[in-house]
Amino acid sequence: MIPRRQRTGAGALGALEAAYRTEARRVLATLVRLLGGFEPAEEALHDAFAAAAETWPRDGVPANPYGWLVSAGRFKAIDRWRRQARLAGALPELAALAETPQEPVMPEHIKDDELRLIFTCCHPALAPDARIALTLREVGGLTTEEIARAYLAPTPTVAQRILRAKARIRDEAIPYEVPAPAELPARLESVLQVVYLIFNEGYAATAGPGLMRDDLCAEAIRLGALVADLLGDPEALGLLALMLLHQARRAARVDAAGDLVLLEDQDRSLWDRDRIAEAQGLIERALGARRIGPYVLQAAIAAVHVEAPSAGETDWPQIVELYDVLRRVAPSPVVTLNRAAAIGMRDGPQAGLAAIEAALGDGGLDAYHLAHAARADMQRRLGLTEPARVSYRRALELARQPAERRFLEARLAQLGAEERAAED
Amino acid sequence: MRYVCLVYFDPKTVFGRGDEARAILDHESGAYDKELSASGHMVAAEALRLPDQAMTVRVRDGKMSATDGPFMETKEVLGGFILIEARDLNEAVRIAAGIPLAKLGAIEVRPVVDFSQPRPQL
Repeated sequence: MIPRRQRTGAGALGALEAAYRTEARRVLATLVRLLGGFEPAEEALHDAFAAAAETWPRDGVPANPYGWLVSAGRFKAIDRWRRQARLAGALPELAALAETPQEPVMPEHIKDDELRLIFTCCHPALAPDARIALTLREVGGLTTEEIARAYLAPTPTVAQRILRAKARIRDEAIPYEVPAPAELPARLESVLQVVYLIFNEGYAATAGPGLMRDDLCAEAIRLGALVADLLGDPEALGLLALMLLHQARRAARVDAAGDLVLLEDQDRSLWDRDRIAEAQGLIERALGARRIGPYVLQAAIAAVHVEAPSAGETDWPQIVELYDVLRRVAPSPVVTLNRAAAIGMRDGPQAGLAAIEAALGDGGLDAYHLAHAARADMQRRLGLTEPARVSYRRALELARQPAERRFLEARLAQLGAEERAAED
Repeated sequence: MRYVCLVYFDPKTVFGRGDEARAILDHESGAYDKELSASGHMVAAEALRLPDQAMTVRVRDGKMSATDGPFMETKEVLGGFILIEARDLNEAVRIAAGIPLAKLGAIEVRPVVDFSQPRPQL
């Protein structure tokens, strides 16, 4: 058992920093519920930590920092209301509010409060950009400045998004609650989408300032793990597995010059085996559920890729089958394209090209650079040099990312070299 | 991080409403300063005399010139500042919104320069 008064002096300051890292967001989640809004909760959170900085070094670290901070925050908020009421001459009304009996702070409330906070920050009534910024700040604990750096956006723009989102939550009285079971799948979808968008922003950006972007991936994985842990929903497990599998390959995905390395060319010894094993466990758990959703399927596809000892030994028939299921569960032009590319690997470039042409013919892919790059790849493998060149050029016109552009330029140059070699 | 809340107002609005209104404002402002000190946000705060008490100094080609007051086109003048310590811009904005003069004038929230960050390239 931990003694009630553990440490005093300098040790208490270390404990305070640790409490800030681990407890601040949970304390905020509870205070939003107790005080009925973000702004009083944020003031109270600040006041609670200020009080802890004063009290803990003198009296020792409380046995339950979360409970102590929630109580202190609530007390400080009531104090603040009293002072403001005195100024406004409205003491009697607010005194009544302050006298509401204090609920005991129970650890089992933490889980629900954390979920309430996540679901509120990802509420579909908020603009998608606002959901991301609000989630990173309130659930992730990032500062406005850090979010702005990560998204290469001006800080006032991000601050404004957060302000508007909070105003909207207040003005439309968006309830601070975990959605009812009937609503849960749709609302969870929005939460998972926010988490995946945060991850993708960190993952897709191979150019630009590196550090904060890695932090975005780490934060998305932390959020994903939190949701998976709190809800145990198969799609939440699937998304966490998918992010872990992407992250496991991170070191092999870019070479020393910062250029993209295709999955088939990656040095598999650089993959993070612990993360892969963790993801495999999650996928197994998720596949045990009756409902199978798009995140679990995408994770399962990624898992088949990483389970192959070499690119040549990839189980393409299984990948095509998983894409077939994914296409039924969550049809999209990009899924059809990926399935077509997998057919090319299973049955050869002739079949692959036909499938890709069909996918392009269905529409919705014309402006997607990877569709043209995939077609070019099949054409190249069939020795159709001129059509391949046209397709690569089209892909290059559409590609935005510097690393992807360099990759396509290299492929175009290689095509020219192969042609000259063939002529000689 | 540190932010300075620059308080702008039209002196006619603040000082032209009678002694009682001004006394209430002074009281509220003092109370808010105390609140910010208690919460640990306060670094420093000062109210400024009106620009007619000010001088503006320039040095050009090694010669100093001093003129009376800043004469601005706008009716709003810089009337004071509160230097605060806040977690981020959103917290600073929340604190600025609580400054009683925000109801009469405007508060400009400016982050204080962190010299470890890149300087503006203009």
